[in-house]
Amino acid sequence: MGFWKNQLTGPTDPATDAAWDTGKPRKGFFTDTSICIGCKACEVACKEWNAVPEDGLGLLGSSYDNTGALGASTWRHVAFVEQDGDRIATARESGRRLVDLGMPALRATAEAAGGSSDGSGVTDLRGATPTERTAVGQRESTGQPFQDGGSAGVAVAEAEIPDFRWLMSSDVCKHCTHAACLDVCPTGALFRTEFGTVVVQDDVCNGCGYCVAACPFGVIERRPGEDTVKNAGIAQKCTLCYDRIGHDQTPACAQACPTTSIKFGDLAQMQDAARERVDVLHDLGYPEARLYGANENDGVGGTGSVFLLLDEPEVYGLPPDPRVTTAALPDMFRKAGFAAVAMLGLAAASFVGGRRR
Amino acid sequence: MDVKRTLLSWPVVRQVATGDLLGRGPAVTSRQTRELAPRTSTADRVVQSVCPYCAVGCGQRVFVKDERVVQIEGDPDSPISRGRLCPKGSASEQLVNSPGRQTKVRYRRPGGTEWEDLDRDTAVDLIAERFIESRRRGWQDHDENGRPLRRTMAIASLGGATLDNEENYLIKKLFTAAGAIQIENQARI
Amino acid sequence: MAECHPVGFQWVAEARRRGAKVIHIDPRFTRTSASADKHIPIRAGSDVVFLGALVNHVLAKELYFRDYVVAYTNASTLVNEDYRDTEALDGLFSGYDPEKGAYSLKSWAYETDGSDDQNRAGSVGEAGPEEHGAMKSDHSAGDQHGSGGPALEHAKVLRDETLQHPRTVFQILKRHYARYTPELVADTCGISVDDFHYVAKAITENSGRDRTTSWVYSVGWTQHTLGAQFIRTSAILQLLLGNMGRPGGGIMALRGHASIQGSTDIPTLYNILPGYLAMPMAGTHDTWEQYLDAIASKEQKGFWANADAYAVSLLKSWWGDTATAENNWCYDYLPRLSGPHGTYQTVMSMLEDEVEGYFLLGQNPAVGSAHGRMQRLGLSHLKWLVVRDLNLIESATFWKDGPEIATGELKTEDIQTEVFFLPPASHVEKAGTFTQTQRLLQWRHKAVAPPGDCQSELEFFYELGRRIRQKLKDSTDPRDRPLLDLTWDYPVDETGEIDPTAVLLEINGVHLTGADAGKPLDTYIDMRADGSTTGGCWIYTGVFGGGVNHAASRVPGREQNEVALDWGWAWPMNRRILYNRASADPDGKPWSERKAYVWWDEASGKWTGDDVPDFPVTTRPDYRPGEGTGGPQGLAGDDPFIMQADGKGWLFTPKGMLDGPLPTHYEPQESPVRNPLYAQQSNPARKVFPRKDNLWAPSAGAPGSEVYPYVFTTYRLTEHHTAGGMSRWLPYLAELQPEFFCEVSPELAAERGLENGGWATLVSARTAIEARVLVTERMTPMTIGGRTIHQIGLPYHWGVGSEALVTGDAANDLLGVALDPNVQIQESKVGSCDIKPGRRPRGEELLRLVAEYQSRSGTTVMTGNELDTTGADATDIDSTGQEH
Repeated sequence: MGFWKNQLTGPTDPATDAAWDTGKPRKGFFTDTSICIGCKACEVACKEWNAVPEDGLGLLGSSYDNTGALGASTWRHVAFVEQDGDRIATARESGRRLVDLGMPALRATAEAAGGSSDGSGVTDLRGATPTERTAVGQRESTGQPFQDGGSAGVAVAEAEIPDFRWLMSSDVCKHCTHAACLDVCPTGALFRTEFGTVVVQDDVCNGCGYCVAACPFGVIERRPGEDTVKNAGIAQKCTLCYDRIGHDQTPACAQACPTTSIKFGDLAQMQDAARERVDVLHDLGYPEARLYGANENDGVGGTGSVFLLLDEPEVYGLPPDPRVTTAALPDMFRKAGFAAVAMLGLAAASFVGGRRR
Repeated sequence: MDVKRTLLSWPVVRQVATGDLLGRGPAVTSRQTRELAPRTSTADRVVQSVCPYCAVGCGQRVFVKDERVVQIEGDPDSPISRGRLCPKGSASEQLVNSPGRQTKVRYRRPGGTEWEDLDRDTAVDLIAERFIESRRRGWQDHDENGRPLRRTMAIASLGGATLDNEENYLIKKLFTAAGAIQIENQARI
Repeated sequence: MAECHPVGFQWVAEARRRGAKVIHIDPRFTRTSASADKHIPIRAGSDVVFLGALVNHVLAKELYFRDYVVAYTNASTLVNEDYRDTEALDGLFSGYDPEKGAYSLKSWAYETDGSDDQNRAGSVGEAGPEEHGAMKSDHSAGDQHGSGGPALEHAKVLRDETLQHPRTVFQILKRHYARYTPELVADTCGISVDDFHYVAKAITENSGRDRTTSWVYSVGWTQHTLGAQFIRTSAILQLLLGNMGRPGGGIMALRGHASIQGSTDIPTLYNILPGYLAMPMAGTHDTWEQYLDAIASKEQKGFWANADAYAVSLLKSWWGDTATAENNWCYDYLPRLSGPHGTYQTVMSMLEDEVEGYFLLGQNPAVGSAHGRMQRLGLSHLKWLVVRDLNLIESATFWKDGPEIATGELKTEDIQTEVFFLPPASHVEKAGTFTQTQRLLQWRHKAVAPPGDCQSELEFFYELGRRIRQKLKDSTDPRDRPLLDLTWDYPVDETGEIDPTAVLLEINGVHLTGADAGKPLDTYIDMRADGSTTGGCWIYTGVFGGGVNHAASRVPGREQNEVALDWGWAWPMNRRILYNRASADPDGKPWSERKAYVWWDEASGKWTGDDVPDFPVTTRPDYRPGEGTGGPQGLAGDDPFIMQADGKGWLFTPKGMLDGPLPTHYEPQESPVRNPLYAQQSNPARKVFPRKDNLWAPSAGAPGSEVYPYVFTTYRLTEHHTAGGMSRWLPYLAELQPEFFCEVSPELAAERGLENGGWATLVSARTAIEARVLVTERMTPMTIGGRTIHQIGLPYHWGVGSEALVTGDAANDLLGVALDPNVQIQESKVGSCDIKPGRRPRGEELLRLVAEYQSRSGTTVMTGNELDTTGADATDIDSTGQEH
C-alpha cells in the first residue's frame, strides 16, 4: 500500500502523487493577515485577470465586507472583523495557550490534558483552537508529529491590548494536499497541476457538483446564471493563476497586493516565511499570532495556502477543523480491491466523453 | 485523423501511460489546459503607463493584443509602486473596456427629454459657435472704475486634475486667450 | 493613507516593519488606523488646538531643534511694534476690518532696520469689489505662492539670535500658543492627556540630528474654513523640530487625482498662471510694471526674484512673435480678475444667469462638490453644457434623473440647457504626462487608439481652438486679437492628431536667439526677461533638458538608489526633496551620518549628495551676500528656503496668509461647540455667502442648535474614486461598496434607534438624504466641554441618477458653502445634522421635511454668517456651550 498510503491523507507531495515528473516545486500562497490593509486589490485583480463576473451589488452590513464568502464568482474574499478589547484579550489568551503547547517543556502537560476529541485541526500547533488543544495532545500521543510548531515562544513583555482593532484577511482556495474536490471529481475536470495546485478545467467540467459538497472549506461552487454568463453552471474556484505561474508570472492577487500581505512562491519557502513571521510577532509581544494550514498532519494534509491569523479561525469565517471528506476512502478501497480503481477510471472516461461543448 | 494520437489521448490509456493511475494529474489534462498561455505572454506589445486614479502615480503595464487592451497590471520597475496596484488601479482594464463606457457623442436639445445622436464633427462645430456667441455676450472691457478687464463672464470650466499636463496647458492657454477666467478644477475641492 | 492611497502606504508599512512608529489621527477608525501603532480619534475641525498644543509643548519643554531653528527659520526675526496677537484681541489679530471681514496685513510685517521705512507689506491679496453675493472678505491670493513664499520688498530684517527679544517670532509664538495645553486638547479635541503625551513623546523623540518625523495629510486638513492654517500649524511644528528639507521629514500632501498636482502647476485654476505666477488683478495689476512689481522684488532673496523672466517667457510661448518689448509682451492680452472667481462663486453666477456655457472635464460637481442641490440648479440655468467624461455621470443627466426632478423643483421639459456629451480618451489611449503627488512627472505612452467618438482633451481643445480661430479669422475686433495671435500651430502625427511631445516642449521652453536658438532650455535659470526665451511653465523647465523627455525616464527602481532620480522627472530640476540644503547643518555637513542627504563638498567646491541639491550649487555655506543683494546671489550659504523672500522657513508669516500670521483655533462654520479660547467663534476672514439656499444650523449651543445636534464628516473609501465617475460604473468596484452608508457609534445608534443594515435619514439645514446604517465601534463619541458629541461618517461616492451600476443619495448634498479665505476651498469635512431611523420622504415631502427643520431651528440668512463675534452677547452664543 506504499503508493496508496498517502494519496488521501497525511503528508505527501501531491504533484508527485499525481504522476507529475516535471520536478517543479509545489507552489502556494502565504497570506499574512497582520499586514493586510483590507484594500481588496486582490479581489479585483483576481476577477480582472480571470474574467470572473460581478457577484452581487448588495450591502451586507458586515463592516466593510460586501463580498461575503468565497464562491464561484469570488475567488478572493477579504474578511473584516471588528473587535473590542475583551475579544482581543480572548484572542491573545488562546494564542498564548497555543504557544505554551508548542514549547517542548509544556507539551507533556498538554498531552496529559488531552481529551477524547478526535479533531485534527488545519491549524498548526499555534493555530489550533481551544477545542482542538485536546486533539493536539492526542495526536502527539498517537505518534503523528507536528512539523511546524513554533520555536520562539513568547516575548517577555506582551504588547498592550488596544481598546479596539480591525482585522482584515484575504481568503482564497486552500489548494489542499488532499483535495476532496479533486478526489470526488468524476470527469477529471479537477486536476492536480505540476505545481501541486488544484485547478478546474472549464472545458471538461460537466457541472455535476460533487466537488461542491466535498470541499471542507466551502470554496468551490457551480457558477449560477444564464448561458450568457461565462462558465455558468460549471464548478469555479481559484486556479492559483495556473496560466500565469506556468509562465513564471505571479498570480494576479499577489502581484497587486500593496503591502505584500499576499505572498506567492515555493510552498516550502512560504511555510518558512510564515513561521518566521509568527516568531517575529511573538517576539513583539503578540502571542495571538498563529498559522493556519501549515501543518501537513492536519485534516487535509496541509494546504497550499498558508495563513497567519491573529485570532481563532472561526473569527475570520474559516473552519477550525476541516477534514478531507474522502479521508475514509482507503478503507473502502481496501475492501473493494484494485478493481475499484479501474472502475473509477472507466467512470471518469465516460464523463469526459460527456464534456461540455 | 491520427488514430495513434487519438488512442493515446484516451484518458485510461493516458492514466497508465503517465503513471497517473488515479486520474488526478497529467492524464486528465485537456488540450486547452495543456496549451494554456497567459495573455500577458501572448500580447502583441506591452506599454508603460501610469494609473489614472489617485496621485500616488503607480506604474502600469498595458498589454495590447490585436489593438485592444487585454490586461493592465502593476509595473514592477516603478520605484514608486514596485508592481503593486490598489483595487481601483487593478480595475483599470475595466475602466478602459467597460461595456458601460460611452463611446458615442450624446446630445440633449433644450427642453429635450432624451439623448439624441450627433456626429462629433457637428458637435465640436456647434460648441465653437456657442463659445463665440457666449463669449461676446458676457464680455467686459472695463470695470466700473475704467480699469481694463478684457474678459468674458459667460464661459466657465471645471476639471483638469484627471488630465495630462499638456492638456491642462492647452485648456488654460485657450481659455485665457479667449478671456474666460472662471476656470477651475478638483484642486479647489 | 491606507484607505485612499494603498500603494503609497506600502512605504509606511515597510517603515513600520523597520521600527517606525505610525500614529493615525482621524475622527474615525479607518483602514489606516487598523495598520497603525495607535489611532487617536479627534473631533473634526479641532486640529489647530491639537497641533498648537504640540507647538506649545515643544517650546515650553525646550524640545525644539535649536541649531536648526536659529539658523534656518525666522524664529529670531523681529516683528514690528504694531502687531497685536489674538491673545490680546480675543481671537482677532491686529488689522482686522469688520466692514470688509478681512485683514490689512501691514501690522504683521517684519521690523526693519530703519533704513527703509516704506515697508509696504500687504500688496498681496488686496480686496476687490464684491461679486456674486460673496460677502466682505473677497481676497484670493494664498495659493499664488505654491512654489514659494510671497514677495517681500527686500530682505533687510532685524534678528536676535538669542531668541530673547519679546518681539522675535520665537517669543510671539510662545505667547500665542501658551494656552494650548493638553487639558484644552482633551476638552476641545476629545484626545486624552495620555494620548496627547503619547504623540508628543513620539514626535520629539523622533526628531533631531539623527531622526526625523513626517506628517501626512489629505483633504481632512484642507477642507475647512481655516484649512490652510491647519497645514501651517504642522509647518511650524516641523520647522521647530527640524524636519523640513530632510529625508524622512516634511509634510506630505496626499492628493487624490492622477494629475491634481500638475493641474495646479499648470493650472486650470482661475487665480494663477502656469508656474504659480499670479493672474492679473484689476486695480493692482493694471499695468505690466505694476504686475512685475507685485509678483517679485529684485531685492528679495532667492529665485522668485527672477519672476519677470518666467512671466516674459510664458507670454512669448503664448503669443510668439506678436509679444514684444514694445507691447509689454502682450501683457494686455491677459484677462483680469476682480475678486475670487472660484467654482462656488461661478455656480452662484450661473444661478444669476451670468454664466451661459460650462465645460465639465472629468469632474462631477452634481455629486462631488459641496451643496449638490445648488450645483444642479446652477447647471439647469446654463444655455449650454459640455460634459467630457468616460461615463454618463450625474452632472450630464441631471436634467432627467436628478433629485430636483423628483422633488418637483425642476421639470425636464422646462430645463433649457443644451447638453453636449463628448466621450474622452482614457489614460491608455493618449500619451502625455501626469504629475503625481510628489511633483514627479511621468510620461504615459499611448497603448491603443481611442474607440468610437472618443478623443483626448488635447485633441478636442486643439480642434476647438482651431475652429474658433477659423470662425474669427476675419474679425477686426481687438478683443479677438489674443485668440488670433495665439501660437496654435502644433505638429500633428500621421493620423492628424496633435503631438503631445510638442506641447511638453513648449512647456519646457526653448532658446529663441543665439547659438542655441531652437534648443530646449536646460533650466529655468536660462530664462530671460528680454524675449530671447520661451517657456510655458518655468518650474517644468528642464523636463526636456538636453532635448530629452526626462518624464519618460524609466530606469527600474531596483537598479537605482532609493532616491531614484532616473525614474520620471520631478520639478524643479528633478529635485525629489525640496529645500534639501536643510539636510545639512549651517556648515554644510550632514546633521548626522544616518540622515546624510545633501552636503557641501569642499574638495569640489559644490553641494552634492543623493539628490539634486536645492541650492545654488557653488554657493559656499559661509557665503554672506553684500548689503542689498537680491535674487539667488542674495541667498546666504545658510538660507536653505530658497523660494522664501528671506531664505528662511516661516514660523510666522508676515505676508501671504490672509487670515492671520499664526494659526489660531476657530470653530467650524457649523459646530455644536463654543470656541473655548476666544470670543471669536469662527475664522473672522472666512468667506460666507448669506443666501436663502445656503442656510446654516445655529452653532455653539445657540437656540435651535439642538435641532441639528450631530457632527458629520465626509470622506472616501478605498473601493471608490471621488464622485464615482471612474468607479461606480465598473462592476468590480461597484460590488465592493454598492450602497451609500453612514457610520455611527453603538451609543448614537442606541440614542436614535438606528439599526445596523437599516436605513437612516440625515437632515442638515440644506437638505435631507438617506443612507444605510453601519453601527460600528470605529466611531467614538467624545466628551467635549462636558457634553457628549457624536460624529457621523459619510463616504461621498454615490449620487442620484440612472446610469451608474450603483447609485444613492450624495453625502455632499448635506453641505453648505463656506470657504477658506486663502484658497477658496469649502468646509466639507465638518457640518451639523440630525439623524433618525428610516428612509427619507419622497417628492415634495422631502422639501417640507427640510423646511420644517429649518423653521424649528429658527435659522435665518444671517445665522452663522456673522464674521466678527468678539462683541457677541450671550444671547447669540451661550458662553457655557450648553444647549438651551
